[in-house]
Amino acid sequence: MSNFFGECREAVRKGDREAAEALARRALAENTDPLDTIESGYVPGLREAGRLWDEGELFLPELVMAAEAMKAAAAILQPALSASGRQQKTHGRVVIGTIEGDIHDIGKTLVATILSANGYETHDLGADVPVQRFVDEAESVGADFICISALLTTTMAGQKRVIDLLKQRSVRDKYRVLVGGAPCNEKWAAQIGADGYAGDAISAVKLAASLVA
Amino acid sequence: MGAIRPKLQWLTGETVEAIVAEARRVLLEIGIYVENKTAADLLMDSGCARSADHRRILFTNGLIDKALAGAPSCIRLYSRDGEEAMVLEGDNIHFNPGSAALHVYDAQQNRIRDGLSSDLVPFVTLTDLLPHYAAQSTGIIPADVPEDLGDRYRLFAALQCSKKPVVTGTFRVDGFAVMKQMLLVIRGSEQALRDKPLAIFDCCPSPPLKWSDLTCQSLLDCADAGQPAELVSMPLTGATSPVTLCGALVQHCAESLSGVVIHQLRKPGAPIIYGGSPAFFDMRKGTTPMGAFETMMIDGAYAQIGKYLGLPTHAYMGLSDSKAVDYQAGFESSAGVVLAALSGINNISGPGMMEFESCQCLEKLVLDHEACGYAKRLVEGIIPRSAPLAFDVLTEGLQAGHFMSLPHTLQWFKKEGYFPDRVINREVKEQWELGGSKDALAAARDRVAVLLKPGIPSLLDESRRKALWDILLADARIHGAETLPELPM
Repeated sequence: MSNFFGECREAVRKGDREAAEALARRALAENTDPLDTIESGYVPGLREAGRLWDEGELFLPELVMAAEAMKAAAAILQPALSASGRQQKTHGRVVIGTIEGDIHDIGKTLVATILSANGYETHDLGADVPVQRFVDEAESVGADFICISALLTTTMAGQKRVIDLLKQRSVRDKYRVLVGGAPCNEKWAAQIGADGYAGDAISAVKLAASLVA
Repeated sequence: MGAIRPKLQWLTGETVEAIVAEARRVLLEIGIYVENKTAADLLMDSGCARSADHRRILFTNGLIDKALAGAPSCIRLYSRDGEEAMVLEGDNIHFNPGSAALHVYDAQQNRIRDGLSSDLVPFVTLTDLLPHYAAQSTGIIPADVPEDLGDRYRLFAALQCSKKPVVTGTFRVDGFAVMKQMLLVIRGSEQALRDKPLAIFDCCPSPPLKWSDLTCQSLLDCADAGQPAELVSMPLTGATSPVTLCGALVQHCAESLSGVVIHQLRKPGAPIIYGGSPAFFDMRKGTTPMGAFETMMIDGAYAQIGKYLGLPTHAYMGLSDSKAVDYQAGFESSAGVVLAALSGINNISGPGMMEFESCQCLEKLVLDHEACGYAKRLVEGIIPRSAPLAFDVLTEGLQAGHFMSLPHTLQWFKKEGYFPDRVINREVKEQWELGGSKDALAAARDRVAVLLKPGIPSLLDESRRKALWDILLADARIHGAETLPELPM
């Protein structure tokens, strides 16, 4: 079995989507526990890819491929996982997106990728996301974190509007709100009442971990 | 016998034509997302069509041809006093500092911090004093001024403390009207401002293939006011554009051409500059290195395309990704300045900037200024000064035993070479040691102090200063701010 999980790990680490998917189908065919397959196979593979990226060994497209391989494989296992009544262990559920008016996607995608590599369940809403959608999605998936990216000085005010809307709906305390993007900093995060600011993907993981600890 | 201007070509004529042809195809078949309703209506009323999903506007070759034929190939900028300051045309080069830095490198404390209103006057004054900078840029975003008002506050500082034209931009859709009011205080009338433009406004399409409401409005406003619009298309290779340099160039060309069309539809013949801020995206760190040579290759190549299209050109070059004023900062910035000059880019923005496009530094501004001086000399080329070239002088020199005091030497030595400011050290070791063994940053720190000590040489008269301040204050009240921090002098 450890050999099978090893193959899963390797498929994700290499960003080999087809192999990862084939292994997921094999797991189903051979009645291998879907949760074990994810947690002992795919997740360590993605974590390894994240580590290698951090060390400068892997490049971003390779890391993104690894995350996509994992996502594709998990999708195949999802029905069996739901049927088993068990749930993937997660450090937290994250709703993440770039605020409306801002189409800068990369930093945010990177944070989402690294967060999922580190055991967070991420719901990436993409770029140019309306304020209300952040709140609606967070409510609907039962998020722990709302991560809002803004790369423009003209759009960063939208981060505050998300927090204002959470307060207005009296749900502010349910979520940890993290902000990021070039024009933001800790001072800005404090000013708008966010729970934290991270300047890059690695610090985002550290920040999230410090908030769940 | 004559001189050639040393010049870099990045693409064969055939490749230039292929890039432009494919960019046209992109505009005709994929189209551009135009968020601004006025601009979208303008395009649709001029014969454009919608893409199948209705999200994009499909251009026509006729519109592109007409826009290119009408856009001027020469743009002149004038100083606060109305004197000609920049001629953006042909292979002319003009330098100005990199703009819109969020951070400032504080050389006294050797750290990067937020930009503040107190940074503006020293920055503007220094740029005003350094002769190789032809223009100001609204270089620093002050963190202690309300976010929405930063664009106009920076312009206030530039107009108050310098005579040089200003490279600037808007942060909000309503920014242009206020900034234009300020320019009108200087020029006196709409017509005078149109006749003698004082500011260049950066207008940035969003990659890939999109014009946001704000930047598109800026394009329209510039056309109306006759102030040069500067297209700043910014493909990031492999991230927001195709990864190949040629692929990024196609996208850059398509985005820029769409801007030219919108702008010229609004006001035929209005001044527009073919610029950009692409980057060779770093696939390890997820960053946009401005000091990467591949970034500079894209810059040089799109400028070549801009010239082919008959438009004045611009690039962000002379920047560094370093977070310190160090070896990396020096080689990336000077390479950028030199390659831009050799590419004949008309408006070169970048000096002083580090940490990608995020941090301005007074000391680096002084050091980069020397790179600009060298580069200006470089493009003058090697000029045959006399005939015969050396024969007569050699004869005289042999008689005198040296060449130092020959009339020929006195006539030419200052013209043949650029003599850098003292921040570039050419002393013998002992002299350098006597001076405190200072490295470039330490020397620049001294130089900044000396330059700034006498105060502000180009201070605006009080009546116009007050008029500018009143505009700023009235606008601040509209935005709910009762006061603004006084500009620290």
